[in-house]
Amino acid sequence: MISARGLRKSFGDFEAVKGIDVEVLRGEAFGFLGPNGAGKSSTMRMIASVSPVTSGELRILGMDPATDGPAIRGRLGVCPQEDTLDNELNVFDNLYIYGRYFGIDRATCRERARELLEFAQITDKAKAKVEDLSGGMKRRLTIARSLINNPDVLLLDEPTTGLDPQARHVLWDQLFRLKQAGVTLVITTHYMDEAEQLCDRLVVMDKGLIAAEGSPRELIDAHSTREVAELRFGVGEHEALAAKVEDLGDRVEVLPDRLLVYSDRGEEVVTAVLERGLQPIATLVRRSTLEDVFLRLTGRSLAD
Amino acid sequence: MALVTGIPAPLTPVGAARLLVLRNFIVYKSAWKLFLTGFLEPVLYLFSIGVGVGQLIDSFEFHGEQVPYAAFVAPAMLATSAFNGALLDSTFNVFFKLKYEKLYDQVLATPLSTGDIARGEITWGLLRGSVYSAAFLLVMLAMGLVDSWWAVLALPATVLIAFAFSAVCMALTTWMKSWQDFDKITLAQMPLFLFSATFFPVEAFGDGVLRWVVEASPLYRGVVLCRELTTGVVTWGSGVSVVYLVVMGVVGLLVVRRRLDALLLT
Repeated sequence: MISARGLRKSFGDFEAVKGIDVEVLRGEAFGFLGPNGAGKSSTMRMIASVSPVTSGELRILGMDPATDGPAIRGRLGVCPQEDTLDNELNVFDNLYIYGRYFGIDRATCRERARELLEFAQITDKAKAKVEDLSGGMKRRLTIARSLINNPDVLLLDEPTTGLDPQARHVLWDQLFRLKQAGVTLVITTHYMDEAEQLCDRLVVMDKGLIAAEGSPRELIDAHSTREVAELRFGVGEHEALAAKVEDLGDRVEVLPDRLLVYSDRGEEVVTAVLERGLQPIATLVRRSTLEDVFLRLTGRSLAD
Repeated sequence: MALVTGIPAPLTPVGAARLLVLRNFIVYKSAWKLFLTGFLEPVLYLFSIGVGVGQLIDSFEFHGEQVPYAAFVAPAMLATSAFNGALLDSTFNVFFKLKYEKLYDQVLATPLSTGDIARGEITWGLLRGSVYSAAFLLVMLAMGLVDSWWAVLALPATVLIAFAFSAVCMALTTWMKSWQDFDKITLAQMPLFLFSATFFPVEAFGDGVLRWVVEASPLYRGVVLCRELTTGVVTWGSGVSVVYLVVMGVVGLLVVRRRLDALLLT
């Protein structure tokens, strides 16, 4: 569906994307993971055919965005990071006119708009002003709008940023349904749980490059241990104590508020720490997640 | 959810521009009162200056014809109504959509292009100006201020004026950084309105450079074109005005498109 070879994007002297290879297959949910400034959004804009490629090759649905932009965009659904809804129109008209932009006829647009209001669970808000909607509703309306043309590929840039947990789950459920209906999803996120929940395959981007690629499970197996022991000590003590537990696991990561000791047997690490007379305020043994993969690959937490 | 209904046929350039006009029309359906103010201004000027002040002034010569003062001022206000209407949408509203609403970013996620946006928005400004002018022409007709069958062509002339100003003002708006920059628009709008031979003949500027400046200014070309048509003294100068306004509009349109490319397709 999407294939990129040596894809680059520069803004003046700044190189946002420094040559990436990506292959997205039909029907899968593909994720771009990375901290702010990793080049995710620049990549998404190139795929959305609104940002000219600086160099390298990019094909979307077999077409070249430089020459077939309108044809490609006609088959994409784009859900941008910020809700760029038309605030001068009511909720229903937002969907209706957006459909018309795709060249869809009046009757079909009206019908689709009604279906999508239902899908987004905002049917009762059809005549409301956009600004009167809650954050979650606006997000759902933006996603509903991006589906008006029955897209083959749906691009979602940070789909759940700024939503409360309930709203996120509603949204995830809707994205699952779309995937089941055969829509290819391309998602950027800096939320680990979101990537693990939604993505079949993902790439971790850092500083404009791809640091790793695979399914969430594969990435965790390849780049982290089975378990992690989290040790919380007093404020400012973590750096100094890291050396004392270093030999207990494969690797130790120092975060501002805790130490992470990577080992296949987390409980044994905690026992050993206590035997050495160290007294952590709190301990936790958990399975490795994508967050650990990210720490390993980029040396920083995704939260920043 | 319905199954895929097939891919619609690609939009023609005219069809695409029409969609943005449709979008603006839906917005204004519920805000039609905003439409009235732009129309009233030239009408009020016509009554106060053209008719009111006109009682103190004898008729005077225009291209060798004796013209009553009100009939002199009225076509200038006709051109001004097209100018005002075009200006309203192509400056403030375009800026709002570009910088705050991010409307054009939304539109560019669809098959529409920057060229479609340029054509659509300029057409909307053109329509607004033309609607004002058409209404104003009716006022003139009702007041007996139309002297010639040439006046039939005054309507397309105002469409041309609205097109030229809509395009150029939208182009200038793409360089605006903040609302403060709009002071410059007001700063240009007032002298254009007052000194484009609207209330007194261009001969009043003497034979110096100033007169040349006025004669080469866009609203003057529009005013004099309307005046020639409603008073029925068409000259070669009318042709010059038409060409002038067409070129102005086309250049504006091309600049808008290039500027939108530079601003939005990064």
